[in-house]
Amino acid sequence: MSGLIDPAVAERVLGKALANGGRFAEVFAERRHGLSMAIDESRIESVQSGAEEGAGVRVVEGSTTYFAHVDGLDPADLERAAEEAASALRGQRAEPRALQARAVMPIAIELRPEEVPPERKAELLRELDERGRGKGGEIVQLNASYLEARRQIAVANSDGLLAEDDRTRTRIGAQAVARRGDAVETGGETLGAHRGFELLEDDPGQVAEEAARKALTLLDAGPAPSGSMPVVVSGGFGGVLFHEMTGHGLEADHIQKGASVYVGKLGEQVAQPLLNAYDDGRLPHEWGSDAIDDEGAATQKTQVIEDGRLVAYLYDHLSAERDGVAPTGNGRRESFRHLPIPRMTNTYIAPGEATPEEMIAAVEKGFYAASFGGGQVDPATGDFVFGVAEGYLIEGGKVTRPCRGATLIGNCLEALAAIDAVGDDFWMKTGICGKGGQRVPVGTGQGHVRVGAMTVGGTER
Amino acid sequence: MTELSETAQSAVAAALAAGAGDAEAFVSRDSGREVRVHGGEVESLTAATQSGVGVRAWIGHRVGYAFGTDLSAAGVAAIAARAAAAAGVADEDEFAAPPAPAEVEAIAGLSDPGLAATPADRIAELALTVERTALAADERIAGVEQAVYADSSERVAIASSAGVAGEYETSSCFAYLQALAEGEGARETGLGFGLGRGPGDLDPEAIGAEGAARALSMIGATKPQSRSCPVVLDPTVAASFAGLIGGGLGAGAVQRGRSPFVDRLGDELAGAALVLHDDGRDPGGSSSSPFDGEGVSRRRTALIEDGLLQAYLYDTYTANRGEAVSTGSAARSGYRSLPSVSTSNLIVGAGELPLSGLLAAAGDGVYVTDVAGLHSGVNPVTGVFSVGASGRAIRGGELAEPLREFTIAGELVALLAAVEATGSEPRWVPFGGSVCTPPLLVGEMAISGS
Repeated sequence: MSGLIDPAVAERVLGKALANGGRFAEVFAERRHGLSMAIDESRIESVQSGAEEGAGVRVVEGSTTYFAHVDGLDPADLERAAEEAASALRGQRAEPRALQARAVMPIAIELRPEEVPPERKAELLRELDERGRGKGGEIVQLNASYLEARRQIAVANSDGLLAEDDRTRTRIGAQAVARRGDAVETGGETLGAHRGFELLEDDPGQVAEEAARKALTLLDAGPAPSGSMPVVVSGGFGGVLFHEMTGHGLEADHIQKGASVYVGKLGEQVAQPLLNAYDDGRLPHEWGSDAIDDEGAATQKTQVIEDGRLVAYLYDHLSAERDGVAPTGNGRRESFRHLPIPRMTNTYIAPGEATPEEMIAAVEKGFYAASFGGGQVDPATGDFVFGVAEGYLIEGGKVTRPCRGATLIGNCLEALAAIDAVGDDFWMKTGICGKGGQRVPVGTGQGHVRVGAMTVGGTER
Repeated sequence: MTELSETAQSAVAAALAAGAGDAEAFVSRDSGREVRVHGGEVESLTAATQSGVGVRAWIGHRVGYAFGTDLSAAGVAAIAARAAAAAGVADEDEFAAPPAPAEVEAIAGLSDPGLAATPADRIAELALTVERTALAADERIAGVEQAVYADSSERVAIASSAGVAGEYETSSCFAYLQALAEGEGARETGLGFGLGRGPGDLDPEAIGAEGAARALSMIGATKPQSRSCPVVLDPTVAASFAGLIGGGLGAGAVQRGRSPFVDRLGDELAGAALVLHDDGRDPGGSSSSPFDGEGVSRRRTALIEDGLLQAYLYDTYTANRGEAVSTGSAARSGYRSLPSVSTSNLIVGAGELPLSGLLAAAGDGVYVTDVAGLHSGVNPVTGVFSVGASGRAIRGGELAEPLREFTIAGELVALLAAVEATGSEPRWVPFGGSVCTPPLLVGEMAISGS
């Protein structure tokens, strides 16, 4: 236990939060520590160390949430936040329930990054630099970054919940620039997990080599095609496709405001029967995993698509209460300075039965999306985009020439229904997801997936 | 001396005591509010204060940075010591040196005293009016996903061992909504927004009406045919592209070979129609301040004039390295970040034609009102972009049917040359950073649809 809040203090703070009424109050306390550094032009730079602590208190009355946050974790700071949150209410005092500490087993960290000397991290970046540049003289720039972040959190609420979690994430990334004559291309790769420094004990230099490989490959690339065609999406971060076209639309806040194309679709067939998909905040050591969500609810594995049928939405505390269902452990917040909202954790399409070779062989003329930049969706209209950093043409059932960046565009329901093959290979990848001004770590995953028709937005005339 | 400046000075002293040869401290204190409304009721009301310090320490030509929220004497000393320790991990960089102090002129009008005086129920009413106006605009408005008002008052102090010392205060606020319209079996969204220094600068009815009008205009949207054609970018889209171009003009990206504008200084990159400035002192711009993130006076810098690329943007480090003078372009996203080169407010020069004139000049083409996927669809190193878009067809020089689910693709440097005219009605837009721009007529762009 991190002992961020003394239970007696938490009870007093919750009492103050409910001093002018409210049916629910919560205090969220957090201590954040982080270290990041980078290597660029073969020099270690941007060495940054951060330490922040503070708390957010919310009081819910009717359909309104009153929220205040402060820096600092002294009892006086917490009480100040509670008084501020309560100050806009005008009702009768309510009483919180006595707190019952919930046993939480944080995800185990083998080698605490803060116990590893910073020089060792600098060495690691030098190795990335050498390995990336070692891919050849056409690699003209390489920069790499290292990040460690620890969040110790405690949540207490007026329903009597008291829970703590201790989370450590580690991530490295590399970006390479390759040049041949006038042609300039870039490639990027990352490795991250809810783990300590042990994540980097295998062969982190691969990350830089992969970034360099992507940049070098694209030196031979032509423009991407444009127009509607079959698209085979590679695994791992290819799962961003499902994250954008379905995941966001299943977050209960969008559903309850009528701002999702998945409103009223629960129980309906929205995809072909070969599709099964999950949100799973408990996948061991995955980037989007935590022992509890940021409201103290246990994270869980939630099947959202079962044999092509939509079977679940993703809930936080308030949206679950509104729908009269149990929360699904998806109440997440960027920090104590933010209100929790329904968010994905690790979202993935479960492995299917096709091999990648089979699904490509069946495409006469199409596009193979091999690595990705990210995506964006408007859940209300269902229009989404999906950036491809490294693509290839598929011609006559074979992957042929590489294509420079292209954005794939589609509408959620059409594109989801158009998934006609799911690969038996599978892996996960890390991402950072933005919603409502809050950024949280998420995992995405899948094997190769084929979409029967999607618009590829290239520049080929 | 104010408490904030005292904190900054003590952080500098602590870093020197911890072994730094030079040090700089940036302290900020911010109080802000946010109201979110939905369905005629307040969904959330947030009140917050936050403060913190960021310390940059130099040991010779090695730099380290640390930040934190603990502003007690012991807390500040610990942060300063971490900054010095971080410098010990960095490698030597001959151009890394603390900025020298210089004359800084104050700017009037960056803070609206009326902001703090506006009570919570008034700002809630403002957000409710935004929503109500949109809902009342047309029976096809099915709802408002959210209407939001937010404000912030910030005080910043900086101090350094080289003698930099300064302090200023700014305030800002904005309101926006995402309106939902329904028709022809589909749902459409429309953004309306406004920004200013205080709530008195906002017109909630206009914001609500804009969101409703944008959503309604998209009803019945279809995919356009893939082709190359003239395109008119509305100010929200023009601002996003201006921001991308401004990013490529930062000397940091240029010196490290990670910009499409490397070695292009003095080149004729644009037509005479396109004029682009960076102005860190325009009182209308939300990024304005008397000095930048390392205490250097903000200024106005011509980036593109007479069709020529006139300048890159510099902070102290890139100026040392490029044998140039800092343009006051060291930006910080608060005390948590090291200063680095970035645009302040970008100003795209206004032209002669109203929107109707730009549409007439386009003849047949596409009016783009929204883009998506800028973070994944634009390569800042090569300038190649392909992003999702929606908007309206232009036929016979007038707006015609709505279009969705297409992409626009091209390359940023070529885009500059393709801008044939700028509109006569500029507007401040919070996209691409802080940008003031009219709509732009682009001669040709690749559209990918059906």
